[in-house]
Amino acid sequence: MAVPIDHYVGLAAVVFFIGVVGVIVRRNPLIMLMSIELMFNSANLLFIAFARVWLQNAGHIFAFLVITVAAAEAAIGLAIIVTTFGPERYVDVDDVRALRG
Amino acid sequence: MIEFWILAVILIVSAVWTIAASKPVYSVVALLLNFAALAVLYVTLSAEFLAVIQIIVYSGAILVLFVFVIALLGSGVAPFPMGPNRLPRIWVPGAVVVLVSLGFLVYTVSQAVPAPTRPPNGPVGAANVFGSVGDFGTALFTVQLLPFEVTALILMVAVIGVITLGGDQIRDAAPRGHERKVERAMREAILREGTD
Repeated sequence: MAVPIDHYVGLAAVVFFIGVVGVIVRRNPLIMLMSIELMFNSANLLFIAFARVWLQNAGHIFAFLVITVAAAEAAIGLAIIVTTFGPERYVDVDDVRALRG
Repeated sequence: MIEFWILAVILIVSAVWTIAASKPVYSVVALLLNFAALAVLYVTLSAEFLAVIQIIVYSGAILVLFVFVIALLGSGVAPFPMGPNRLPRIWVPGAVVVLVSLGFLVYTVSQAVPAPTRPPNGPVGAANVFGSVGDFGTALFTVQLLPFEVTALILMVAVIGVITLGGDQIRDAAPRGHERKVERAMREAILREGTD
């Protein structure tokens, strides 16, 4: 493996924090969900890079589980968005006040 | 090494494009580019099965779900409305938090002992070498069987949750009047004569 593991850690960290910034800054729930997907993917990249370094495919199994959880999370998140924001309405998470205590 | 840098640039640019795009459809396109580059990166890490799963599940299923929801919400002539950034001052504390966390991470990685890197036990793409379908499946169905079963539970909970959330809409969209009569007649005919 020509590329040292540090490069993968740095790349995954940069992509992860781009996702963090997306969740913090954007108020559109769809783009927030996509930012969460970015974070899932950077974690997956780390799992696979470390699995390659140690030649242990437990990292692959874990990345597989992360993909499954991400699919479930996307399905539920999009269902919440569809039920919360009807068609032809302004899509902005700051307008959601149903859960406010 | 060169392919890593090309893919890294594509990954970072498409990630920034995803969170900065003006319309969610552009974000989906950027995210597709991100996932494709990531799949190529997985192949270079000899995780070929996960590269295929990445393309099928992420690019094929999750992004299509996003596109469907965008099409559902953005019906009509008007473009999909974009939420305003209600917290413009979040840029400064956000940047501080991100830079500090990134600094900690870089410091920790620089202090870490470099791991010994061994070559895989065969060429990428061959059967039963590290990361191949056989290798992955053997591990998934023998040593890691319990996480696999838990995955099934998680997916079932997700399905139940989505049905619970969308239950009202499904009931509202139920056929009524003569449609219901036609449906009942069809069901009775099927019961009477079988599906064939």
